Amino acid sequence: MKKNSWFITIATILGFAFLYIPIISLIIFSFNESKLVTVWSGFSTKWYGKLLSDPQILGAAWISLKIAFVSASLAMVLGTLAAFVLVRFRKFHGKNLLSGMITAPLVMPDVIIGLSLLLLFISMESIFGWPAGRGLTTIIIAHTTFSMAYVAIVVQSRMIDMDGGLEEAALDLGAKPVRVFFDITLPMISPALVSGWLLSFTLSLDDLVIASFVSGPGASTLPMVIFSKVRLGVSPDINALATIIIVIVAIGVVIASMQMKPRKTS
Amino acid sequence: MQNQQPAATNPKPWLDPNEQPFIRISNLTKKFDDFTAVDNVSLDIYRQELFCLLGGSGCGKSTLLRMLAGFETPTSGRIEIDGQDVANVPPYDRPTNMMFQSYALFPHMSVEKNVAYGLMRDGMAKSEANDRVNEMLKLVQLDGFATRKPDQLSGGQRQRVALARSLIKQPKLLLLDEPLGALDKKLREETQFELINIQESLGVTFIVVTHDQEEAMTLSTRIGVMDVGEIVQIGEPRDIYEFPQSRFVADFIGSVNMFEGNVVDDAENYVRIHCKQADCHIHVAHGVSCTENQKLWFAIRPEKMTLSREKPESNYNFVEGKVDEIAYMGNLSVFRIKLTSGDIIRVTKSNLLRRDEDNISWDETVYLSWEDTAGVVLMQ
Repeated sequence: MKKNSWFITIATILGFAFLYIPIISLIIFSFNESKLVTVWSGFSTKWYGKLLSDPQILGAAWISLKIAFVSASLAMVLGTLAAFVLVRFRKFHGKNLLSGMITAPLVMPDVIIGLSLLLLFISMESIFGWPAGRGLTTIIIAHTTFSMAYVAIVVQSRMIDMDGGLEEAALDLGAKPVRVFFDITLPMISPALVSGWLLSFTLSLDDLVIASFVSGPGASTLPMVIFSKVRLGVSPDINALATIIIVIVAIGVVIASMQMKPRKTS
Repeated sequence: MQNQQPAATNPKPWLDPNEQPFIRISNLTKKFDDFTAVDNVSLDIYRQELFCLLGGSGCGKSTLLRMLAGFETPTSGRIEIDGQDVANVPPYDRPTNMMFQSYALFPHMSVEKNVAYGLMRDGMAKSEANDRVNEMLKLVQLDGFATRKPDQLSGGQRQRVALARSLIKQPKLLLLDEPLGALDKKLREETQFELINIQESLGVTFIVVTHDQEEAMTLSTRIGVMDVGEIVQIGEPRDIYEFPQSRFVADFIGSVNMFEGNVVDDAENYVRIHCKQADCHIHVAHGVSCTENQKLWFAIRPEKMTLSREKPESNYNFVEGKVDEIAYMGNLSVFRIKLTSGDIIRVTKSNLLRRDEDNISWDETVYLSWEDTAGVVLMQ
């Protein structure tokens, strides 16, 4: 083991370099003075300033955050319910099918999810008149749909690990089922809820393809705006924007992974 | 803790036909799909008993306990606790509490909060609950640990917290699922006696589920031995050990040597059995309701046989064999004797002397003999 540790060291360095050099160079160039994205000409934070005065980007960021917040919250509730059914209910007809289907959005290409949701929304509108047109609501519904699968999986694994005796013990000591849920089950699965929520939040912020399909006028998310800007050429303020997003996502991921670890007191 | 129940006047209420049972289980059956976990069990348990349900894994003892607690619904049959039919009473309204095998302590609550949980759900005032909790923690010798979290405690301390939490509501009936299973041997022995003391001082009726026969023998007033969903024998520890009613019980509790034989002489006050396999004649000094030539079994415990080099004078109640294996265990030695038929007989000998110059050793030819009241005749 010790003998070939140099090999492991080099492999580790190369692996991390491959992953992080593009990100680091992007962060560095976001502080570039020059208008040319790939030529360094001195340190400056002017692109951040320009970014903050761009109403189009700020508006899109605000829309993205709203969508991410609402869809993550909805996904957390629905995903937890799904996990509850999958873990707690005794065998019922179609349980295996359901637990297989819950993971489908994880492997389904975004294009297909986006297209199928778009078709659904159009036919729903023509039948019940809701959702009227496409926009914020449809993006939220779409993001909730696929985020929910992630939440269900995270919560499900937490609930399987949980000692079923805990809830029975609470029942036995005189707590009614609703009380048991809030006193015992919820605190036990809360780390999974937090990480599921953060995961959904970042997935929603990230998504370009599905949002492009189900979006409508006046509801351009940040990735959509970036993508359309980059088509006209990469400008340094996009680097600044990307850096901000990386920082936010990194914080989210770190918190989520800290929540997933078993808590050790003392 | 006040004793709410009247002190038991009769130490063995199950022998008194006029005594009212505290728990009455009648024709209780539980099926999971096609599998019958508990099969038509009827059982009476009396106030202040410490009743053990003993059996191997999968014998249905835990399912029976869970039906008493209300976590499983019986497929058929009745459970009455203190005269009340509890069939439709949910676990949170039953006068029972349970101590779980895994202890099931709430990991996000301190010891204090864990123990107080039951009282808080009953809506007891905080100050009163605090007093009760402190008193209870003192009883289980955990005062000073009130603010710790369960993961800061040792296995033995967790076990006590679980016990305290299940006793705090002063249940009429406490159900204990393998209460000492997770403790090491030494701690288990100490805790057994503590459990008995607590049970006696609080006067609560205990039903303990265990697979450990030694634990059942030490703890209980009576034992119910279970096998594949049925209770095969109920009795005081001594009855179960000395007078097993079937080969299963004889074999499950302690170790036993079994001789299969046929009745050759059936008299009013004795029976003679011939065991072909071991080529020995067995004389039993009491009448057995059997017919001549009937096949039956003679069971005898290893400690009830005598080991010697000299051939006994009588021509029955002994076998001849060679010492195959000796295990020195400190307080006693276990000898495995191989008969000419190839059967192995276990016999134990107390090591009364610290040095035994003349001890029987490997490959010696020896004789095992026994009194004519030492064994049990079994029909099934």
